[in-house]
Amino acid sequence: MPVGLSAASTVSLAADKLDTGNTTFMIISAALVMVMTPGLAFFYGGMVRVKSVLNMLMMSFISLGVVTILWVLYGFSLTFGTDAGGFIGKGDYLGLSGIGLTELWPGYTIPIYVFAVFQLMFAVITPALISGALADRVKFTAWTLFITLWVTVVYFPVAHWVWGAGGWLFELGVIDFAGGTAVHINAGAAALGAILVLGKRIGFKKDPMRPHNLPLVMLGAGLLWFGWFGFNAGSWLGVKDGVAGVAFFNTQIATAAAMLGWLAFERIRHGSFTTLGAASGAVAGLVAITPACGAVSPMGAIAVGVIAGVLCAWAVGLKYRFGYDDSLDVIGVHLVGGLTGSLLIGLFASGGVQSDVKGLFYGGGFDQLGKQAIGAFSVLGYSFVASYLLAKIVDLVIGFRATADEETAGVDQAFHAETAYDFSAVGGSLGRTPATGPVLPIGEENGSGTTENQAEQKKVDA
Amino acid sequence: MKLITAVVKPYRLDDVKDALQSFGVNGLTVTEASGYGRQRGHTEVYRGAEYTIDLVPKVRIEVLVEDDDAEQLIDVIVKAARTGKIGDGKVWSVPVETAVRVRTGERGPDAL
Repeated sequence: MPVGLSAASTVSLAADKLDTGNTTFMIISAALVMVMTPGLAFFYGGMVRVKSVLNMLMMSFISLGVVTILWVLYGFSLTFGTDAGGFIGKGDYLGLSGIGLTELWPGYTIPIYVFAVFQLMFAVITPALISGALADRVKFTAWTLFITLWVTVVYFPVAHWVWGAGGWLFELGVIDFAGGTAVHINAGAAALGAILVLGKRIGFKKDPMRPHNLPLVMLGAGLLWFGWFGFNAGSWLGVKDGVAGVAFFNTQIATAAAMLGWLAFERIRHGSFTTLGAASGAVAGLVAITPACGAVSPMGAIAVGVIAGVLCAWAVGLKYRFGYDDSLDVIGVHLVGGLTGSLLIGLFASGGVQSDVKGLFYGGGFDQLGKQAIGAFSVLGYSFVASYLLAKIVDLVIGFRATADEETAGVDQAFHAETAYDFSAVGGSLGRTPATGPVLPIGEENGSGTTENQAEQKKVDA
Repeated sequence: MKLITAVVKPYRLDDVKDALQSFGVNGLTVTEASGYGRQRGHTEVYRGAEYTIDLVPKVRIEVLVEDDDAEQLIDVIVKAARTGKIGDGKVWSVPVETAVRVRTGERGPDAL
């Protein structure tokens, strides 16, 4: 994402006047990226067991709440404030106060407010991505505390490294169009750190833990695919030079190719084309093309997609071999997919789209590949270590993991006092009765009569 | 009286029902069931992780008949349900002490 001043010279934009086309495009893109978080919630939610689907959905939704507030208070400042030493932004936008309505983001033709809300959506979805690895077994308060600490200590600085003007990876010339390093490698490495602290689910590798609702997974994958166009194309922050359009198209191409790659791998290895494979392959493609969508040609996008699809399909099996419980394959899809896309830029960058940088296959030598590797592995290393330590701190202070009792009965009941589905047949409700009778507005109590009647009314309300 | 219970493949249900009707059976009860016999279950794969599903979906058909009709009725069901492939199911009968038609209070074979 070329948001900093210094390298904004890659494409010269008229920077002094608010552009209505660009601004409209960015507002719509922000909304598209927002819908990825609910999409992710469904993608993950369908993959867990019946007893923890609500918790899985909530782990994403709580990020929409918490991270939005943090972003206003200090997140935007730490990420995009004036650079301090290449590692963090200064607090020049604390509370988002003192920003003019039409004040432009330096070097671009969109208001700071629009830029800030677009970037917010990235900060929201990144911690939510981690949640898939922690399925079925964490305390909800501990998760909320973890993401609060995590965005503060990991996401805001790392996003500054990659996208902030003066950020050290940005200055180095690492290409990350929309978040292969800052979002996907970051979340994947964090997932690995956190699950090493948490441990495996009860019954891992022993009990069947098949996805409880594959249509929900497909719905989630569809929403992610849709929203990802805003994520990628929007990351150019404007449409005038045609780069956003190429990024948009490359996103579609790589995703299609990765879905086919995953399905082919599965058909050869396991004998069937599964819906879970199609959904997972699509997401792997989206992840891999994220950093590369402005660097490769359409043929390059096919290559990136196929390679990511096959590699991720293979990588999701590693957890059984190494015995770590990455429940919904955040590492296998996001870390591996993010690494794939980030490194392949070093091979497939064709020049002539977002910049003139060429990869190895286009005569650019090993130079860009080396930069990409530095970017990918420094984010991986920092995120892994910091996330491991943060998870450890949360665990020591309030306990990260649910009790065995809560985990076995289901975290939905334990932390949300709800269950997702009413399976009762023939109008019954599995013996549920209101604990104290429904709370009726004052004045309506007189006419309601017996408790049975009240229970009936409650059902109708529900 | 005898209670005849048949556990068969779900897609054979219509044929069995038709055969019972032409035989003259007036009523029956059908429930969805799951289980396994010699064929065991099947395998499902999720992201490469294989799960053996032990219980296969079946339908259970229950019919009350008079003693004299029992053997013949069993043959009718077996003929209608058979595909010749593994997993066709089972049919058995047990003696029944009494039966009552709830609406009229009739007892024994009259209640059938």
